[in-house]
Amino acid sequence: MVKAKKDLIKSPKDVSTSGLPLDLLLDMYRRMVTIRKFENTIYDVYSRGIMPGLAHLYTGMEAIAVGVCITLRKQDNITSTHRGHGHLLAKGGDPNLMFAELLGKESGYNRGKGGSMHIVDLSLGILGANGVVGGGLGIGTGAGLSAKMLGEDRISVAFFGDGALNEGLFYESANMASLWKLPVIYVMENNHYGEYTPSSRSTAGTGPARAEAMNIPSVSVDGNDVLTVYQAAVWATERARAGQGPSFVECKSYRWRGHHMGDQGDTYGYRSQEEVEEWMEKCPIQRFSKHLVNNDLVNPEQLKAIDDEVQILIDDSVEFAKQAPYPDPSEVFEDVYA
Amino acid sequence: MSMHERIGTIREAINEALHEEMRRDDRVFIMGEDIGVAGGVFKVTAGLLDEFGPERVRDTPITEAGIVGLAVGAAMTGMRPIVEIMFSDFTTLASDQIVNQAAKLRYMTAGQTSIPLVIRAAMGAGRRAAAQHSQSLHAWFAHIPGLKVVMPSNPADAKGLLKSAIRDDNPVLYFEDKMMYNEKGPIPEGDYTVPLGEARIHREGTDATLICTSSMLYPAFDAADQLAEEGIEVEVIDPRSITPLDEETLVNSAIKTGHVLIIDEGYQNYGVTAEIAARVQEKAFDYLDAPVRRLGAADVPIPFAPSLEDLTIPSADQIVEIVHEMRA
Repeated sequence: MVKAKKDLIKSPKDVSTSGLPLDLLLDMYRRMVTIRKFENTIYDVYSRGIMPGLAHLYTGMEAIAVGVCITLRKQDNITSTHRGHGHLLAKGGDPNLMFAELLGKESGYNRGKGGSMHIVDLSLGILGANGVVGGGLGIGTGAGLSAKMLGEDRISVAFFGDGALNEGLFYESANMASLWKLPVIYVMENNHYGEYTPSSRSTAGTGPARAEAMNIPSVSVDGNDVLTVYQAAVWATERARAGQGPSFVECKSYRWRGHHMGDQGDTYGYRSQEEVEEWMEKCPIQRFSKHLVNNDLVNPEQLKAIDDEVQILIDDSVEFAKQAPYPDPSEVFEDVYA
Repeated sequence: MSMHERIGTIREAINEALHEEMRRDDRVFIMGEDIGVAGGVFKVTAGLLDEFGPERVRDTPITEAGIVGLAVGAAMTGMRPIVEIMFSDFTTLASDQIVNQAAKLRYMTAGQTSIPLVIRAAMGAGRRAAAQHSQSLHAWFAHIPGLKVVMPSNPADAKGLLKSAIRDDNPVLYFEDKMMYNEKGPIPEGDYTVPLGEARIHREGTDATLICTSSMLYPAFDAADQLAEEGIEVEVIDPRSITPLDEETLVNSAIKTGHVLIIDEGYQNYGVTAEIAARVQEKAFDYLDAPVRRLGAADVPIPFAPSLEDLTIPSADQIVEIVHEMRA
């Protein structure tokens, strides 16, 4: 008998969610609401023509980022995607600095040089959103490699979408992570569409089966249930922290908005309004708040108070961003080289 | 030869630099295909595994995008990776990671991160390896802001430039001409570095300037000897890195001689020769006695047949002929 391995969680289902501390539950709720309100505010601001460029909204998928990131510590790394606001906020990103970045302001995380798809905060372990589909998978895996080589107590989570599952870099990175037992978690956010093409027309087989083929233990969970995502994340993070190597977690969900802000309503005719509404019925935030209230864990007023606090926070972040200066023209030539 | 140098090959010089830098800094590690147990297909990394072990001398699968991708992530989180891409032709497989990730992360994040990464790759024709193992693609990377591109031509520079590249906080592509690994010369011992962005004047002359990169130094030397017999003294300059480029040294030589030929083994179309020619003409136009000339690889996929392949590589005879034409 190998005693040391006795404590490892065999399956996400073995992770109990019944006795979770109220603080943790409210933190989950707060982070999900923060993402929702942040994204809704972008929708409004963008629609009024104040925001340049592209913005890919995470609305409807909040439970994934929060269920995973709530299990991470500050020094743990994440890599994110073009649809990255949710991951950044869930990992502790500052809404003021994010909004300022979205408006191309000097006070933004990247002094206006990155925008929505490139926000980085190394102090929070955030190695960046990424404008290339699947582009962050190598970086996220490399962060696991450095953690192992340096003997540092941190793990790495690489978020990616169902579209990125068909990029070669996933296999190249995950193969090495499995061979070398790197502390990496691959979180596949299956929102069922790669841009405007359904995964049924782009993906043969499934993500978990592909990961299993590389000896990476895998699960597929309901990505609209934050507690289910949390269970999978605890299972995967404990494996990573115990030196058991990478895990793969598929979270099934749906983006309520278009692929990006330029695609709202029925621009591309790739999905029906009925389908969108069906998924909106499965709102991860409503589902979680019902769970909390129905189990007498909180009363609705407590949640309302959080909603109001977050609204002020987000409103303030927009104001902060609007007031912030644009970068000095001289900055265009700064930081090309170290 | 001084007390502090020995005669050795470029292969030995690179190997020595790798050993010294890995001894100096624990964060430096190397990964690539067959670089550990096998010592590299060109035997450049021989001995590293024995001294530093499999964690820091990491044999990888054949997976170029993954190798560079992991290296970028490791570089962002405290390591200083060196990656070997066996043939520079295969950098194409890693181009997203090099061009879209490594090159841009510092700028996109306004300096929050840096990518101290060296990518070593074997370049050049002459090995009878045909079109997918013979290219010189360094100009592609020199086109991208955020990357540095280094091209040693001799053992001393090979050592000194590699040590500087490893200590640089930016992604550096370090191209080794596969036909030059056995080229011999002095190798300074100990902590010898050559700064990136400083050209080296190998031979002084007053009648024409030959600016040549990497292995093109050798046909340039041959041509210089032939021309000297006719009484034509040419200056031979190796930029050593094309990003950053020591424009000043090149322009000053152009002003001095009035005749400039640039020789590089990359394709001539839109290549290094074109860039340097443009810069020299912009800065030295009034001093030039003839249009700046250039000589790159023939603009064809590199053919296999030795008789054909040789026709694609710049030669001493071509250099002599062009110098004659310029001075006519």
